[in-house]
Amino acid sequence: MSDTASQQVLTTQDGKPLKQALASALRREKLRALLLIAPLLIFVLLTFAAPIADMLFRSVENGIVEDTLPKTVDALQAWDPQSGQSPGEAVFAALYDDMVVAVENKTHTRLGSRLNYEKTGISSLFRKTGRRVGKMDAAEPLKAQFIKADDKWDEVETWATLKLFSPRITPAYFLAAGDAQLTPDGIKMKPADEQIYLFLFWRTLFLSVVITLCCLLLGYPIAFLLAALPLRTSNILMILVLLPFWTSLLVRTSAWKVLLQQQGVINDFLVWTGFVSDADRLVMINNQTGTIIAMTHILLPFMILPLYSVMKTISPSYVRAAKSLGANDWIAFWRVYFPQSVPGIGAGAVLVFILAIGYYITPELVGGTSGIFISNRIAYHISSSLNWGLGAALGALLLIAVMILFVVYDKIVGIDNVKLG
Amino acid sequence: MSSLPPYASPLQRTWHYTFRFICGLIFFFLIFPILVILPLSFNAQDFFTFTPEMLALKPEGFSFKHYEDFFTNPDWQQALTNSVLIAPTATILATTFGTLAAIGLSQQHVPYRSAIMAILISPMIVPLIISAAGMYFFYSRVGLQGTYWGVVLAHAALGTPFVIITVTATLVGFDRSLVRAAASMGANPVTTFFKVQMPLIVPGVVSGALFAFITSFDEVVVVLFLGSAGQKTLPWQMFTGLREQISPTILAVASLMVAISIVLLSVLEMLRRRSERLRGLTPG
Repeated sequence: MSDTASQQVLTTQDGKPLKQALASALRREKLRALLLIAPLLIFVLLTFAAPIADMLFRSVENGIVEDTLPKTVDALQAWDPQSGQSPGEAVFAALYDDMVVAVENKTHTRLGSRLNYEKTGISSLFRKTGRRVGKMDAAEPLKAQFIKADDKWDEVETWATLKLFSPRITPAYFLAAGDAQLTPDGIKMKPADEQIYLFLFWRTLFLSVVITLCCLLLGYPIAFLLAALPLRTSNILMILVLLPFWTSLLVRTSAWKVLLQQQGVINDFLVWTGFVSDADRLVMINNQTGTIIAMTHILLPFMILPLYSVMKTISPSYVRAAKSLGANDWIAFWRVYFPQSVPGIGAGAVLVFILAIGYYITPELVGGTSGIFISNRIAYHISSSLNWGLGAALGALLLIAVMILFVVYDKIVGIDNVKLG
Repeated sequence: MSSLPPYASPLQRTWHYTFRFICGLIFFFLIFPILVILPLSFNAQDFFTFTPEMLALKPEGFSFKHYEDFFTNPDWQQALTNSVLIAPTATILATTFGTLAAIGLSQQHVPYRSAIMAILISPMIVPLIISAAGMYFFYSRVGLQGTYWGVVLAHAALGTPFVIITVTATLVGFDRSLVRAAASMGANPVTTFFKVQMPLIVPGVVSGALFAFITSFDEVVVVLFLGSAGQKTLPWQMFTGLREQISPTILAVASLMVAISIVLLSVLEMLRRRSERLRGLTPG
């Protein structure tokens, strides 16, 4: 080929420059790929990502004060809690207007319960005032009438709390999730006997680590055996791992409930063999022991499967070579085989830990009070105590923890390499 | 470790058998809890443990009464109906969207591939309690909370990552020159898809669908939050039953569900062997 020919612009048959034709072909291919992905992406964004975003928003959202008492919040701008005096007549007039509307819409009790999380007693204050506000006379001085209805209206602290929580965005729920509190004097830790969440987070982490270690301890020998046995045998034994994996979570949890209870199969067996006397049967359920045993069993396949897939790729000739060079069984395993299986340990351990840290059903059923996780508290706030903001803040913290772990998992294994069954 | 050489020392021999014994115990730990509920579900008494009559294998110790209860009790029947109505719909949604997306994701040039993948896989990673809480908040805003479609959509979203993973896995081994070969012989893209690509990825699609089905069929956290009494599913009924210790009917249900898992497991195993055969690997 001559020099001039290589300088020439290459063209396709219909005369378009080749570079351009290739670029447009690539664009078409990208577009086609995106069109195939789009339905699912939109579906997941709407049904899954939006709810998660909504939850994150709820954990800081605090519009209820301004929505229920718009005029009061506005009038309070001018009031300074440092003055040491409750606000003047103008604020009370605004409060009267707001309360009349709120009582009509029955929203004042909800605001009362919201503010009660920050300062006890406000719930009853709003309830009481709500009953009296209809009888008040708007022509008379309102401050005196409110104070007559409940003298808490004369306390600076009540108003300081109201002013403090009037912004639409609040860190209060996250502080509460960390056992702290936003007070007019700044951020303070809650009294020691009311601190539960830091301890609960700590326990969730601790139990998840214990469960991960138990899974590793039990899973490693099994994966090792399965990888070493000939395929025909290991496939049959694999069923023993896959059957629990495919069995419903509730089935396995109920099985453990049956096995572990005081009148259950294991205790009956121990009493029958004479290891334990009938009077002091072991307490293995509704405590941490129950949670650890049941969750280790439930998560064990998630440890064995990644371990097995890594061990399967370790060539037996390395161990043979080590032995032929004079290593004994232990050295050959520890210095040659084990280091090659570490990626499997990493993958399995992170996977089990991610699953364990957010578990809800099993701790709820076999954990009693000492074996519950942070998830159980989230569920409690959403369905029983109805403190949705706090539930959302706890959820957001748990989500952050899981996301960090997931990035680690992605670095070790890569999401594309996740294998199932 | 697989077999003991004839020159093994007594110590090696001891360790070999000790290791086998330990593994046996762990396998026992894995499988025993599932097997133990099968005989217990035939208990003639309302106990969660073996009665002396059962241990003596006397026929009067056994009965089908818990199964009878399951098939006649309206609560359980309602739960069964709901489960059977919810899971297949969620599976169809998850499989259709998931398969299309997996084919799209396995193209050679996909912009923002890893970001898209992270979003699509996230329902599998985010703890269920958080998904349930978020869905509860959001679906009540849009009026889906406590409705059949609310639960179906939530379950479909939870099932899609499994479909993507299994279908992508079958597509990784897919030889692109097959598509070009079909095209060079005059097949249009639609024919190529159904005649060449589809038969090869069917095992992935079916096992993805099975995963999506079992995800929905076993799911309890989301349905507890999103559903109302009208959407009570089998796992929900079991959950409340276990919390309140109502009756050993739970064991009968559990045994039936174990049977379902065995069927699913066998189907999956058959599919795995088929796809390995198709790709020219020896079935193992």
